Amino acid sequence: MRRILVVLGILSFLALLFLNILPERSSERTPLEQLRLRYGTVRKPSVDHGKFEVLNGPFSKPQDVTKTCVSCHTERHHEVMQSSHWNWDRIEYIEGRGIRKVGKKNILNNYCIGISGNEQACNRCHIGYGYGDESFDFKNPYNVDCLACHDRSNLYMKAGAGMPDPSVDLTEVAKTVGKPTRANCGTCHFFGGGGNNVKHGDLEVALLEPSRDLDIHMAVDGVNMECTACHTAEQHQMLGKLYSVSSMNRDRVSCESCHGELPHADGVLNKHTLKVACQTCHIPIYAKEHPTKLQWDWSTAGTLQNGQPYSIKNDTLGVETYQTTKGSFIWGKNVKPEYVWFNGTASHYLIGDTFDPTETLRVNELHGSYSDPDSKIIPVKIHRSRQIYDTQYKYLIQPKTVSRQPGDSAYWRQFDWQLASAAGMKEVGLPYSGNYGFAGTEMYWPINHMVAPAKEALSCVECHTRSESRVASLTDFYLPGRDRNIWVERTGVSLLVLTLIGAGLHGVARLASPRKRRQAIK
Amino acid sequence: MKREYVYPAFERFWHWMQAALIVLLGVTGFEIHGSLHFFGFRQAVEIHNTAAIAFLALICFAIFWHLTTDAWKQYIPTTANIRAQLDFYIFGIFRGAPHPAKRTVISKLNPLQKLVYAGLKVLVIPIMVTSGLIYMFYRYPQKYEVISLNISGLSVVAAMHTLGAYILVTFFVMHIYLTTTGKSPTANLKAMLTGYEEFSEEGSGVLEKSNGVNKPEMVQR
Repeated sequence: MRRILVVLGILSFLALLFLNILPERSSERTPLEQLRLRYGTVRKPSVDHGKFEVLNGPFSKPQDVTKTCVSCHTERHHEVMQSSHWNWDRIEYIEGRGIRKVGKKNILNNYCIGISGNEQACNRCHIGYGYGDESFDFKNPYNVDCLACHDRSNLYMKAGAGMPDPSVDLTEVAKTVGKPTRANCGTCHFFGGGGNNVKHGDLEVALLEPSRDLDIHMAVDGVNMECTACHTAEQHQMLGKLYSVSSMNRDRVSCESCHGELPHADGVLNKHTLKVACQTCHIPIYAKEHPTKLQWDWSTAGTLQNGQPYSIKNDTLGVETYQTTKGSFIWGKNVKPEYVWFNGTASHYLIGDTFDPTETLRVNELHGSYSDPDSKIIPVKIHRSRQIYDTQYKYLIQPKTVSRQPGDSAYWRQFDWQLASAAGMKEVGLPYSGNYGFAGTEMYWPINHMVAPAKEALSCVECHTRSESRVASLTDFYLPGRDRNIWVERTGVSLLVLTLIGAGLHGVARLASPRKRRQAIK
Repeated sequence: MKREYVYPAFERFWHWMQAALIVLLGVTGFEIHGSLHFFGFRQAVEIHNTAAIAFLALICFAIFWHLTTDAWKQYIPTTANIRAQLDFYIFGIFRGAPHPAKRTVISKLNPLQKLVYAGLKVLVIPIMVTSGLIYMFYRYPQKYEVISLNISGLSVVAAMHTLGAYILVTFFVMHIYLTTTGKSPTANLKAMLTGYEEFSEEGSGVLEKSNGVNKPEMVQR
């Protein structure tokens, strides 16, 4: 009887063990397969704009195209005029600063610094016609450029102040309009900072026809998703935002909206989703095809060769490491991101803010910490710059860089910081003391694109390791495998070492001691 | 010579299962800790978690066994003869002196064993189980979201768990060494494998005071 009980006990224990390792049943179709089906199917447009007679033109000016568009799409231009694509600013609540209107219009960055006084060049990417200076009429609906986003001919090009390039045949372009493709978005968003992949590091021309390794979502040999698959729009209000110009946790594109909160089959990986953003593991490197700018030193700009501006090219990366106009750069290709805690809110350096030039200025500080339940670890590109500031007033200077005519003080023509600073600060309505220097600044660019295939995702030891953990800079929490309690280690190791020594000595002594018969002890 | 059945089947099963699990937990745990590299981190985590669940199940069985067989009484620490036991390890063992505590069915454990095993049972293992459970469940994926315990972080939990692990490793080393201090270096090991202890008739050790444990019925083979 007793024997049976013992055997039963052991058997039931083993059964429990066995049940623990049985495979879970797989469902009919995994969520991922469902997504592939849904996004892999291309919907044919139900309208061919080439068949509309109103679009036969001819159009003498681009505003006439817009008039024609709104003759059918009667309310669309009002929607567009509510969007940040048009306004270049948004009403944002910034912690500690209150409610502000911020955007490309008035926020400084640490690349080409800002648009004020430089609208002629910068604003070729504005979705309007003729935004060449502050006098631009934001209320005129016919200035809305529908073609920038809806041309599907790939022949449309914008030039100074956002006007179409003179070479463009507006009629030909207008007849091709439809849903925006990645070429429409990429024309501007791939070239931020004045060149391919300069600003973002994860947005570049290679995404027009990427492989699966470059971007699993946009891969031409994969699901082949357009930008608009994730950056959906309701009445021309896009999802997705850039924290260089916005502050609030809203209108964000999230991986979870498709993949859910618990996308892994493995529970241990799912636990991570509470504190780690998907991008952190699934975008192990960025700038995989073309390099991105990591550092920009404006202070070296302005040296001339034989009285002429010049540039130095890095032959391995095929990019310029020095330009008289801009200074020196450090570029990176296949870059490992840096990591920060982020809860979706950011602060901003607003024009005219004073700062301590002995410390690095965070132009757009991302907020977050381990103890904040809304924060997750995200990958970022940190762009480090030395840029011009007023040494007396202790604020950043908006220099005039782009020239419209000779002698207008633009730095890129005259290479004189005094003139450029005076002209630029006059443009933004702030005094310039006449004394300038260069201050270290940092900008944070969340990395969201170039998601790698699942097998490329970070392995555990990229973070859970004592040396060179990817998250080594995030020290406000205990990470198993990376962190140790020094007192526990000291206590534990001494305990173990002493025991080993003790047992060893004891054993040696036993072996050395004469073996006496037990009887002898009587 | 006479053979005495001192370790019943379940006790032996429990002992060796526990030994295997603790070794496995130790190796994988210290790999997660970053002290050694054997399985690979991810594999180590998976093995550690599975072994932990198995260990918890084993503990449930062991507790049941302790209670139903009155075996728990074996572990009540006593100060009696602890000096004699220490004396034996420090001096007597080198002179070939006999073991001061005679292992019987009534009292299988010498005073030092009682003290150490009781310490493990009421202190170290509970600390490991508690900190381990918090480790395991401080974030727990439910169907649609990850539930999180309201603790500020892992630093305290991890410190406890690691300290307990070091104590267990230390115990493990000592325990292995002391198995060799029986009548022959492998006598104790054999006893734990077969269940039978061999006694010489003229046991001259100090007889343990009985703890009032009723001698369990023995199945004599």
